[in-house]
Amino acid sequence: MGDFGRDVRLWFSPQRVREEGETPDYRFSLANERTFLAWLRTGLALVGGGFAVDQFLPDLRWGVRVGMALVLLGAGALCALRAVNHWVRCERAMRRGEDLPVSRFPALLSLAVGLVALAMVLAVVSGWTG
Amino acid sequence: MDGVTGEVRDPGLQPERTRLAWRRTTLSCTVAAVLAARQAVHGGDVSAAGVLGAGLSLLVWVAFLVVAHRRIAALGRGRPRALRGPAAVAAAGCTVALAGFAVAVVL
Repeated sequence: MGDFGRDVRLWFSPQRVREEGETPDYRFSLANERTFLAWLRTGLALVGGGFAVDQFLPDLRWGVRVGMALVLLGAGALCALRAVNHWVRCERAMRRGEDLPVSRFPALLSLAVGLVALAMVLAVVSGWTG
Repeated sequence: MDGVTGEVRDPGLQPERTRLAWRRTTLSCTVAAVLAARQAVHGGDVSAAGVLGAGLSLLVWVAFLVVAHRRIAALGRGRPRALRGPAAVAAAGCTVALAGFAVAVVL
């Protein structure tokens, strides 16, 4: 958790990132930025999905609808925060010449998305039969 | 492409690709903000809270537009600097704000 606190301070102070190591080729920084933006889009899509579940599936039971919406919204917010953190850590690793950080977040996210998809299939099927 | 004034152009077109990534992200943000505004004024009865919610989501969208616009302008230079932390936090903050707003409406 101490590591995370230091990372969060890095989010807000670009000069502190710049103090370390050497400036990498700007193209690597831009590639890192595009990865950050791709994660941000994933987060925005999940948030949009959360809104959509709440707005376009009014026939679902309240608990199911709100539960799925909350999972999607939480995953979206988490995705955005994690995007910043991963971007900072990659930027720092490139400056220090270290390996890029590895993460189990993509695996966890795909599990969560898979579970929501499964829940939606079950909700739709039970809606047809019941 | 206009706006790109560099002595040596990067043959991999990295600044252009990054600018387009910002534009795609702006589009995603627009979709999410429109859904948020639609949610706020849902059901036809436009209450004060609904108008406030729609206004807030519009504000978040404008904030993202400003961040994206400034970054796109900065990327127009030949050898752009790396993205700055506060801009990244602001962009991610817009997503979190929309999500938090959604939770407030859904519950």
